Amino acid sequence: MSKTTFLDFEQPIAELEDKIEELRFVQDDSAVDISEEIERLKKKSQALVKEIYSKLTPWQVSQVARHPRRPYTLDYIEAMFTDFHELHGDRAYADDAAIVGGPARFNGKPCMIIGHQKGRDVKERSRRNFGMPRPEGYRKALRLMETAEKFGLPLFTFVDTPGAYPGVGAEERGQSEAIGRNLYVMSKLAVPIITTVIGEGGSGGALAIAVGDQVLMLQYATYSVISPEGCASILWKSAERAPDAAETLGITAVRLKALGLVDRIVNEPPGGAHRDPGAAAGGLKKALADALRQVSDVPIENLLKLRYERLMQYGRFEEAVD
Amino acid sequence: MSWIDKLLPPKINRADGGPKKTFPEGLWVKCPACDAALYGSDLVNNAHVCPKCSHHHRIGARARLDLLLDADGRFEVGADVRPVDSLKFKDSRRYPERLKEAAEATGETDALVVLQGSILAVPVVMAAFEFDFMGGSMGSVVGERFVRGVELAVEQKLPFVCFAASGGARMQEGLFSLFQMAKTTASLTRLSARRLPFISVLTDPTMGGVSASFAFVGDVVIAEPGALIGFAGPRVIEQTVREKLPDGFQRAEFLLEKGAVDMIVDRRELRARLARLLALLQNLPAEAIAA
Repeated sequence: MSKTTFLDFEQPIAELEDKIEELRFVQDDSAVDISEEIERLKKKSQALVKEIYSKLTPWQVSQVARHPRRPYTLDYIEAMFTDFHELHGDRAYADDAAIVGGPARFNGKPCMIIGHQKGRDVKERSRRNFGMPRPEGYRKALRLMETAEKFGLPLFTFVDTPGAYPGVGAEERGQSEAIGRNLYVMSKLAVPIITTVIGEGGSGGALAIAVGDQVLMLQYATYSVISPEGCASILWKSAERAPDAAETLGITAVRLKALGLVDRIVNEPPGGAHRDPGAAAGGLKKALADALRQVSDVPIENLLKLRYERLMQYGRFEEAVD
Repeated sequence: MSWIDKLLPPKINRADGGPKKTFPEGLWVKCPACDAALYGSDLVNNAHVCPKCSHHHRIGARARLDLLLDADGRFEVGADVRPVDSLKFKDSRRYPERLKEAAEATGETDALVVLQGSILAVPVVMAAFEFDFMGGSMGSVVGERFVRGVELAVEQKLPFVCFAASGGARMQEGLFSLFQMAKTTASLTRLSARRLPFISVLTDPTMGGVSASFAFVGDVVIAEPGALIGFAGPRVIEQTVREKLPDGFQRAEFLLEKGAVDMIVDRRELRARLARLLALLQNLPAEAIAA
């Protein structure tokens, strides 16, 4: 098995890479030099990646956003921040591993980080509940937001969740209240908030840590009011229409930027962040530094006023004159 | 199917589905909870509460506001704000078609009605969801009307009361609808900063994006008896956890037990309860309430 996981639409790339591997293997005990041929195929593979990724459908983008090897919040923290101290627990019920956070340094300056966290292997995935937080996760996030405000630390949030967890315990402990409370507090939190959708921006469970002064989106991330599958099973009565739902819902960075709902798209390396996590983090770090510079000079009263105005202008409607 | 269902014309024969706005005079309705055959106008005159078993039937936005607000001095807010199809959304049907159908069925232009008025002489801005308009779903118009209501309350130094009845966000408006959660909730921070009360009344059903935004940030959160209230729908939860949900799960009484709501109030007592709570929270003398 190759080390990369290939998505359906990446099959031509997979085949080519397999061939390259084969040739490499042959070359080891061969008298004929085929390195030129390998180089040629490598170039071809790179061109193919670029070609395929230049025209992904929204549904394909959502596959990339959920790619099992895509960098997660802790990967970005490791690559972009220093001096990170993870803080645990909501002080009331539990520590929800689907949300991580704590203080750190960004380019030497203290800040606070909150992000959804998915798991890499089977065991970690289950421990982190596939990045689907329960109320205690949102309440831990709330606690960290308030700590950030208290110490004047700018807040970076990283969004990557299929959604808040729909479970019995989550309902019993007030999933709705926990999400709503975060929206309320974030809309008036007196420190700059920079939020980045790095993978899946799954509905209310994403928004609960995503109210901010600057909203960034990675190129192949998605942000949606409902998953394409969920939408398809409600409106088409069939989850198989998910590609159509993805198309019409408008979930990609490009579409959302055009609609004025995100501020900035952060480009990923060719073929997605998982093909070169270092380069992905490098690009994001630059974008975050820019975003932070834009908001950190603004006096906090003005920033809060701007944030309020930004929230109030969300929505499209017309005014009847009758 | 009972004999009475067979007698009823199809349009009325929706007792199982619940929502009923008006009952033409002289028609019989079956209560879905106790099966009692009720005279339509008896139900209406009893605040759409079954006189036999106290089951709270769903009630339209205008009927709701009419029940609570004093007859004089009502003023509608944001009625001119109308929906647009900004995504050119198309599923099995087009969004404008669904809007048109909902408008014809309800006589409303979207799923929220906001009125300024008074309740037993206590001035208030009151919003009510129309569940029969696309499941009371929250899109841009609902969000904008909500915010205009709150802003009017801030400007006029009035409390704000909202009756939620919604399946959640309106999918046909994509991320615009998701962001209404942040928009509506954020507006309440201004109300709070001026120490003006927000009372949130959760009625059947209050789910998804409406439940998970402003619904639970009220200074007082009231639920109607038996109302289904939650983040995820029961079917989604059942599919996720693969077990049958306990009886009464996500019902108002369950939420009260879990500490999620302050009280459950019978609809017939709601008017007096709201007026008294609003007076208390605003430090008004008891005499401010009309007898």
